[in-house]
Amino acid sequence: MNPTATSIERSGTTVKIDASGVYYRDLNTVLREVVTGDVERIDLVNICGQRYIGTDLGREVEINIHGTPGNDLGAFMDGPRINVYGNAQDGCGNTMNEGEIVIHGHAGDITGFSMRGGKIFIRDNVGYRVGIHMKQYLSKVPSLVIGGTAQDFLGEYMAGGILVVLGLNLRAGETHKANFIGTGMHAGVMYIRGSVERHQLGKEVGIVELNAQDRENLDLLVAEFANHFGYDAKEILAGDFIKLLPLSLRPYGRLYAY
Amino acid sequence: MLKTYLPARFIVERNASRCIQCQVCVRQCGFDVHYYDEEDDEVRARDERCVACHRCVVFCPTNALTIRKNPLDYRENFNWRGEAIEDIIKQSETGGILLTGMGNDKSYPIYWDKLVLNASQVTNPSIDPLREPMELRTYLGRRPDKVEVDWETGKLNTRLTPLVPLEVPVMFSAISYGAISLNVHESLARAASEAGTLWNTGEGGLHKKLYKYGSNTIVQVASGRFGVHPGYLDAARVVEIKIGQGAKPGIGGHLPGEKVSAEVAATRMIPMGTDALSPAPHHDIYSIEDLSQLIYALKEATNYTKPVSVKIAAVHNAAAIASGIVRAGADIVAIDGIRGATGAAPKIIRDNVGIPIELALASVDQRLREEGIRNQASVVVAGGIRNSADVVKAIALGADAVYIGTAALISIGCHVCQACYTGRCSWGIATTDSYLAKRINPDIASHRLVNLLRAWSHEIKEMLGGMGVNALESLRGNRLHLRGVGLTDTELEILGVRMAGS
Amino acid sequence: MKDTANHYNPYGDDKVIAACSIFGMMDTSGRRFSGVDITKAIANMHDRGNGLGGGFGVYGIYPEHADHYALHIMYEDKLTQRDVEDFLRDNFHVAFAEEVPTRRAAAIKSPPIVWRYFVYPNSRRPADRSNDDYVVELVMKINTGFRDACVFSSGRNMGVFKGVGYPEEISEYFRLEEYEGYLWTAHGRFPTNSKGWWGGAHPFSILDWTVVHNGEISSYGINRRFLEMFGYICTMHTDTEVVAYAVDLLLRRHGLPIEAAAKVMAPPLWSHIDRLPDNEQALYKSLRQVYSSLLLNGPFTIIVAHEGEMIGLTDRIRLRPLTAGVKGDVLYLSSEESAIRLICPDLDKTWTPMGGEPIIGRLKTNKEGKAVTIEECAVA
Repeated sequence: MNPTATSIERSGTTVKIDASGVYYRDLNTVLREVVTGDVERIDLVNICGQRYIGTDLGREVEINIHGTPGNDLGAFMDGPRINVYGNAQDGCGNTMNEGEIVIHGHAGDITGFSMRGGKIFIRDNVGYRVGIHMKQYLSKVPSLVIGGTAQDFLGEYMAGGILVVLGLNLRAGETHKANFIGTGMHAGVMYIRGSVERHQLGKEVGIVELNAQDRENLDLLVAEFANHFGYDAKEILAGDFIKLLPLSLRPYGRLYAY
Repeated sequence: MLKTYLPARFIVERNASRCIQCQVCVRQCGFDVHYYDEEDDEVRARDERCVACHRCVVFCPTNALTIRKNPLDYRENFNWRGEAIEDIIKQSETGGILLTGMGNDKSYPIYWDKLVLNASQVTNPSIDPLREPMELRTYLGRRPDKVEVDWETGKLNTRLTPLVPLEVPVMFSAISYGAISLNVHESLARAASEAGTLWNTGEGGLHKKLYKYGSNTIVQVASGRFGVHPGYLDAARVVEIKIGQGAKPGIGGHLPGEKVSAEVAATRMIPMGTDALSPAPHHDIYSIEDLSQLIYALKEATNYTKPVSVKIAAVHNAAAIASGIVRAGADIVAIDGIRGATGAAPKIIRDNVGIPIELALASVDQRLREEGIRNQASVVVAGGIRNSADVVKAIALGADAVYIGTAALISIGCHVCQACYTGRCSWGIATTDSYLAKRINPDIASHRLVNLLRAWSHEIKEMLGGMGVNALESLRGNRLHLRGVGLTDTELEILGVRMAGS
Repeated sequence: MKDTANHYNPYGDDKVIAACSIFGMMDTSGRRFSGVDITKAIANMHDRGNGLGGGFGVYGIYPEHADHYALHIMYEDKLTQRDVEDFLRDNFHVAFAEEVPTRRAAAIKSPPIVWRYFVYPNSRRPADRSNDDYVVELVMKINTGFRDACVFSSGRNMGVFKGVGYPEEISEYFRLEEYEGYLWTAHGRFPTNSKGWWGGAHPFSILDWTVVHNGEISSYGINRRFLEMFGYICTMHTDTEVVAYAVDLLLRRHGLPIEAAAKVMAPPLWSHIDRLPDNEQALYKSLRQVYSSLLLNGPFTIIVAHEGEMIGLTDRIRLRPLTAGVKGDVLYLSSEESAIRLICPDLDKTWTPMGGEPIIGRLKTNKEGKAVTIEECAVA
């Protein structure tokens, strides 16, 4: 398991790396070296559980992952565009700053945790606590789009950004399963396609009608989503959406005695 | 608004013969206690607002003011003392969690005061630190168990992980921008740079103006991940994962929206005016192997160029937890005891949760040694360190260095009035209000801080010299230089020190 | 092991804190397979452990002795072994005994002596005591009465193999590629103290129940005190032990189905119960009210196995991960999906269960070559 054992093929600005049996630290060392050159695209094959892929690369580069990347895919990531042809595990996009992650499959718990910029698209479902504590500042507005459905605590403590759940794999009449959606949410916006009961929502969020700006947000994000995964954006957008907004910027303002 | 049943806690006494109606007190008070009555041409006070911060007393040009505790006596009752009664009144009027600031003010034992230091007499010489070398330099970080050298070539084969030097084993504790003003952050950063030690950003990010002090900066990554991005991590000398703090073990923190000014918002990278909510746990850490995952995420993000510290509150299982933290890959373990301070914490938590730092330190150091892993991490302690003797005793118990928070703030003006959570600090420390915050002049404040560290360094050297050692590492973990007074056998056993006289 | 605290909890902590990776795989058709794949899978999660504990539970490995209890016993010295073997001969028919085969493995330091005994209660078993109860009682007697012996596996046609090391090292040491079973569980441990004791590794086991566990149970203090009222002696100073006993109490002694036992250990929130239809509400309320002290609070994922069944369960707000995968008749449970993918890249499906929702794999039919109980043998 040393970097020299890693098989690396270069052709022009594309690099292909066979990661089978390569320890994550060695793989990431190789990636750091590779991006110092003029590489524009990195194909990683036989990825199986290696952590922190995309961390500390610090520039725009396309990374195509074939296999199952390990936890914290793209943690603290700042620039790369990652496509995963498979599923992602927990912590995908953890505290990500800039770049894009596209998962052709499902993703695990805390996807997009504390994400502050960039975009994540997940074709299928996601796990618990997804989008938790996403935040935004001025032009840095992270987006997270989930094609399927999510588990509990979706968007908990959300402090900014746009979170979209499309529910494309729900059967007719089936509601989203997640409870405690948006508990403690105090900034940002969530759009959910498909039905949720009021008791599934945190008490800090309210349901409001979509306005023109919301439609514009959705049109853009859904078009990108559809483009990544081969869906018809119009068909998706024709569904019913609800918009969740925090009731207050200061949900716990009255919790304390001053 | 209903009339409150709470009596005033303090009484403002104004000596009429000295008062010249200059209204300095009116302008200096952050709590609107003093006001000028134009009709009567007289400065008066609203006693019920006074927190006893003494800003007016210090700044009154004619020494006309003093503040007294309201002598109001309740009917004697050991159980129902004034504090218990007044807390209930306050909660009944607000329905809220009682907030407080600074560290635990209850009468839990302070073990520093029950430990005494040794000095050389006759059998070995004491050393005069004024003329002879006396070394305080300390390195923080992970060490291998042995040094490997190729003796043929004299080449060192051991590659040490990054170690960080401190010229004085006293660092400034984490206090976030938002809880305190930018001027205070700047003062701490400049003082740390000048004194050759480290300051800690706390969890509110690092203002871009202070990036230039990065090589003396510990940046925190806490559950809210405020202002955490690659540039922030790159700027730092040490990255600290904040799990807990002594004043509020196990709970998160809420920086209220009104403190989130434009500059605070820019530094934390959240919209102005929103509450900055730090969840109780890191949502990517629910277990020790998750902590390991975040430690290595940060090491990956900084390409293994910086030590990673993990800060916890001192709690019952601190020894086992610290052992786990070291095994998880941390290079520094920071432990904050029950007297550790805060800008805002629920009073009920501050006053009841956690254990004294002296006991936690003693058991953590002992455990890491028994496990044979003490070399793998440095131990830093915090929580109520008041003077250089506390520092020396902490180091003798086994600490590599200490953090001071309250002591540093006192150095620049704080009078420990415990009203930090109001954001109205008259001393301009625990506030983001620009009118108040400009009272801290970083030129003056950093100078005061450097003075404090210089004074403590000299005192530490005097104590070391007295014990006959001329390098701090000879005292570190050397508990034979400590003796206990007035302690039970169990306390002595946990502290690992002998009774004085034995 | 008379004084496990000395071996396992030398610092007298409230409990020994540990975390880890877990993996389980079961062929519900009963087909048996070797330990090669599960060793690869658990090794892929190397970074979740720290080399201070690894272990495996495997079912269907001793078909030639399927009617006997297979006792795996570790000894610190030969003298203790002689004493324990005398005790075994006094209380059991010992059909067969041998040292558990091992190979030299560089990473394995100072291993204990490990033997296995295929036994059946002899005439000393009181008439009012079932075979199972008799075995539990004698296992507890050995574990608390002999200074340097520990029975760490006591079920029929199954066995636990565990020790101090990474799981892949333990597998190599015990030559697990030579065994075949239809159900395997595995564990890689990350304890916060180094006093590696072989008995302290997972799985924890009593009769044919095995538990592997990831997380820390914050309710341990009361779980333990509740179980002590039912005669369980918690000697291991670990929260995993209470899971094993809770499962034994609820399933074997109180006859609850696993689905109900899951709702005891990871109950729905009251706000959820309040929304249920009356009959369900009554059931869930009763379970929570009666077994309130068995609520396992805090983060956990467990894989519980016994003859013919494997159950994965997380705490009710899923603070620890669990991914399930299915390929044909095979059910996989894992802390991380990549570990499953490594040994089965083309799964039919993978998913993560909701907190508190058990995932259950059961043997489909009862064909030759599979685990069979003595009672079934008698019928056949």
